Amino acid sequence: MKLLINITLKEGVLDPQGLAIKNSLSTLGFENINTVKQGKIIEIDIFESDIKNAEAQASLMCEKLLANIVIEDYSVKIIGKSA
Amino acid sequence: MRAAIIIFPGSNCDRDLALAFKKVSGRKTRLIWHKDSEIPKDIDIIGIPGGFSFGDYLRSGAIAARSPVCNALIRFAQTGGYILGVCNGFQILTETKLLPGTLMRNSGIKYLCKDTELIVENNNTAFTHGYQRKQKVTIPIAHHDGNYFADNKTLKELYEHDSIAFKYRNNPNGSKDNIAGILSKNKRVLGMMPHPERLNDQALGGSDGALIFGALDTMFN
Repeated sequence: MKLLINITLKEGVLDPQGLAIKNSLSTLGFENINTVKQGKIIEIDIFESDIKNAEAQASLMCEKLLANIVIEDYSVKIIGKSA
Repeated sequence: MRAAIIIFPGSNCDRDLALAFKKVSGRKTRLIWHKDSEIPKDIDIIGIPGGFSFGDYLRSGAIAARSPVCNALIRFAQTGGYILGVCNGFQILTETKLLPGTLMRNSGIKYLCKDTELIVENNNTAFTHGYQRKQKVTIPIAHHDGNYFADNKTLKELYEHDSIAFKYRNNPNGSKDNIAGILSKNKRVLGMMPHPERLNDQALGGSDGALIFGALDTMFN
């Protein structure tokens, strides 16, 4: 099972990297940007055929390591079967 | 004082920190490797040095905080052990949840390496009793992720428990409430972004940092 984990900063947490990207984009002429948020994408291929089990394990991975729940939210998506 | 420091792949202030402990205690600082699962029994204080443990992969300190030695470190803290985490050591302490909050990217994006003026907020601890309350001290920073963040509830708790050890006089990195270093509720775990081991001798240009190590040594002698 292939999992796509998306980690983003929580609402209200200042994102200096997002802000720098926004500023850089505006110097390139993209001046109509409201906000930019930078996050992380982690792809995991797991030996697990049950979707519920895979999702539950991914959530646990996020809670234990992948996301810093003080400042980050995460979401898990199943994106396919193992190759 | 019997001190030990933990070394992770990518730690780079380990020798400086080991030397700072040795300078005041006269004893050799024990070195603990990140794969060790036990901490020697007779240790009074553990230092967690600065650097870039595991290349700052995922988040600064995140991988180090899940390494085998950190289970032993958490047990050490739970049984009343003293811990000093400097810079990446502070980041590791927040990732292990031994200290609340987290260290985010500096608000100005840039890596900062310079002397900073700190204000001592709590001098009633094993680490800070060599200073006066509200004393201004100079200790250098060297970090990219030093922007202390905690939610309002956590900040309130830090004030209620007098757990803020140091604040910046001029906030260099966007830290909430200018926070530069915080303590655990029992005041035995200190995490700070500035490097006291780097201004530890007049030969280095100043010795304000030395008072932390001197204060600790008098506690354990």
